[in-house]
Amino acid sequence: MNRFATLIDALVFMPSRNGKIRLLADFFSTTPDPDRGWALAALTEALTFNEAKPAAIRQLVAARVDPELFALSYDYVGDLAETVALIWPERHDRANSLPPSLPEVVDTLRAAKRAQVMDLVEGWLDTLDSSGRFALLKLITGSLRVGVSARLAKTALAEWGKVDVGELEECWHGLTPPYLDLFAWLEGRSERPAAGHGAGFRPLMLSHPLEEEDRAGLNPADYSAEWKWDGIRVQLVAKGGERRVYSRTGDDVSGAFPDIVDHMSFDAVLDGELLVARGEGEVASFNDLQQRLNRKAVTAKMLQEFPAWVRLYDILFDGDEDLRGLTFLERRARLERWYGAVQPRRMDLSPLVPFAGWAELEALRENARENSIEGLMLKRRDSAYTAGRPKGPWFKWKRGALTLDTVLMYAQRGHGKRSSYYSDFTFGVWRGDELVPVGKAYFGFTDAELVELDRWVRNRTVRKYGPVREVEPGLVLEVAFDSVHPSNRHKSGLAMRFPRVHRIRWDKPAGEADRLETLQRMVVA
Amino acid sequence: MKVCPEGLYVEPGGFYVDPVRPVERAVITHGHSDHARPGHANVLATSGTLAIMRQRLGEGAGGAQQALEYGEAIRIGDVTVRLAPAGHVLGSAQVVLEYNGSRVVVSGDYKRTFDRTCAPFEPVPCDVFITEATFGLPVFRHPPDLGEVRKLIHSLEIFPERSHVVGVYALGKCQRLITLLRAAGYDRPIYLHGALEPICKLYEGFGIALGELRPATVAVKEELKGALVMAPPGAVADRWARRLTDPVVAMASGWMRVRQRARQRGVELPLVISDHADWDELTQTLEDVGAPEVWVTHGREEALVHHATQRGIRARALALVGFEEEGA
Ligand SMILES: [Zn+2]
Ligand SMILES: [Zn+2]
Repeated sequence: MNRFATLIDALVFMPSRNGKIRLLADFFSTTPDPDRGWALAALTEALTFNEAKPAAIRQLVAARVDPELFALSYDYVGDLAETVALIWPERHDRANSLPPSLPEVVDTLRAAKRAQVMDLVEGWLDTLDSSGRFALLKLITGSLRVGVSARLAKTALAEWGKVDVGELEECWHGLTPPYLDLFAWLEGRSERPAAGHGAGFRPLMLSHPLEEEDRAGLNPADYSAEWKWDGIRVQLVAKGGERRVYSRTGDDVSGAFPDIVDHMSFDAVLDGELLVARGEGEVASFNDLQQRLNRKAVTAKMLQEFPAWVRLYDILFDGDEDLRGLTFLERRARLERWYGAVQPRRMDLSPLVPFAGWAELEALRENARENSIEGLMLKRRDSAYTAGRPKGPWFKWKRGALTLDTVLMYAQRGHGKRSSYYSDFTFGVWRGDELVPVGKAYFGFTDAELVELDRWVRNRTVRKYGPVREVEPGLVLEVAFDSVHPSNRHKSGLAMRFPRVHRIRWDKPAGEADRLETLQRMVVA
Repeated sequence: MKVCPEGLYVEPGGFYVDPVRPVERAVITHGHSDHARPGHANVLATSGTLAIMRQRLGEGAGGAQQALEYGEAIRIGDVTVRLAPAGHVLGSAQVVLEYNGSRVVVSGDYKRTFDRTCAPFEPVPCDVFITEATFGLPVFRHPPDLGEVRKLIHSLEIFPERSHVVGVYALGKCQRLITLLRAAGYDRPIYLHGALEPICKLYEGFGIALGELRPATVAVKEELKGALVMAPPGAVADRWARRLTDPVVAMASGWMRVRQRARQRGVELPLVISDHADWDELTQTLEDVGAPEVWVTHGREEALVHHATQRGIRARALALVGFEEEGA
């Protein structure tokens, strides 16, 4: 664990990509098997085990540290794992017990039942130093986030092993942690591992939100459009008799969807949206879909009430043929051909949406008010299927948001990177001549704007309650949100979905902000 | 004893400790600029602190200067004043005040870890202990300093073609880090930003060996590849550092303990080395001096006050008391 912790620390602080590659190469060459393989799996998020919830970690530390001191520290540090790692009281008898190795931690966690996890963690925290505790806590909460993508890790491996990264990609999907055969090949001790034909998860291609400034640089004729469905992204893998349904993060959710698995009698890897049907081909709400998720056992009744199906939009493998290097249009043609030939039940094709230009696309997006549609997807016609989130080939363009002019009321210090800034904003609208809070926003502003907001808050504070500052009613925030619903948890009786700061109206007097009645009229019945 | 806009005022002696505005009579704990300010008519401090003030403030170092060495006592008005080592930087002292049979100690800034460049902190039992709390949160525990220095030396080995520029305070941190590097066996020349040279000379004058030091000027650009360069924290983030080739930016400070703080400052190699007491040292010192009453001058007062109160000590944060009169 110590070497892994040192690596995590160094990666956290390393700003440059090349520097990260150097650190990884140094780590791979000086760390033995299987430690380096498990570290690679942890970095590329290829590990799955029962993760620990932040609440459980808080409970552990509450038993060791004065709650007031913990609260002051957490407010200062801003990150739970880091606060706990730093504050955990060191035991003086620690010298007698050896800190666990990374393989030991991983093996134990993979075998452990959920209820045992926190006991194990507590024991390890007692034997590790603060860097080790930080790495462990990040690992067990599944949030290492040290800026190492799978792509970067592969580049580092390829550079270190002096092989072509494409060659490494070729066999990557057949590999499993702790990657002994991979390291053997990179150290020249054996042949390259065989290309993957197994039923493993293939990393997904993800999209970027389409921002206004992106559009200027894009030629709409280069893109195809599809609807963005409000379901769950899944990958169907049927290979060599094995059938798997994977979630977006590569979790195997086959058990929850036997009605899909039953119909996967083909040999292919497909990308699509999992939806629940209501009546004849109609898409049910996301709530209905949630009934089917997170269930260990599915009852016959649920299968009948909430039947699942998959709306396909891409094909990665047809038999053993890897189609990911083809362009989007070529893959689309292969998908249509495959679908026509196989005619799988419980699956249909997500149609392409024809359009002539931005104006038409914008109209399509605005007029799509069906529940099941979140907006549009734009996919570059000549783009290959690339794992990760490359900028440019795929964009998601969500349906337009509602906006409201609100007044900033309270600000709270943020967490993580923003822990020294007031970055969590509570805003309100006028009811008579008083302000009522209607929501909270954490994002939507640039780093430069955050600095200005923070300064404004510090200069206009009228009262402090712990980490919260009340400010004078003098700044108008134009807030965007997806929808607004009645709620009895809020004083205003309303709750917004996904509010974010759309614009800071430095120019607008607070008295001219919107009134509660305006927001009430936006409620969808 | 009371708190005035000028700072801590010792009424029966008619003098201030580390006043923030020019006063008639001041006792100065150490040479850092927030404690040793210019323009006092009479200044009492250790000879080390006076030398530092003369170098940094010139004329402003005070009308009349009087040196008082550790352990010597002097009477000012009705108060007996003594200076005890604080272990913070060269010449740093705690101010021990005796009046009417009771004893008050003003710690100034202090630390308890071993430091080759100054006399070690001496706990003085007292009735009222007035302490700093720069690192007054239990997340601040400074690791062993030699380990941090080894991290720096290891990085010089992994990135042998990159200059390593370390942000250090000119007074204290710079010289302590150099002595630590020498103790860890680093005997190559160390390159200094111009602002660091005078204090290093002064330390050498007090008999502290720093090894070979060279100025980090443009003329030696080639030489600086793979070399260790020290500069004030401000210069590290500034245009000054850009003249170096692809530098590794390091910073030696207790704040480096918190990762996000280090990242915000663009630090690639954080070194947790501090000249202030960490949480364990602060709380241990409260035990050692055994004062039934503790005042906290500056830093993260809230947590230390809470801790002291839990242990049955009457504790208050001076910042919260404001500028009201307090008897001592
Ligand atoms: Zn100081
Ligand atoms: Zn200070």
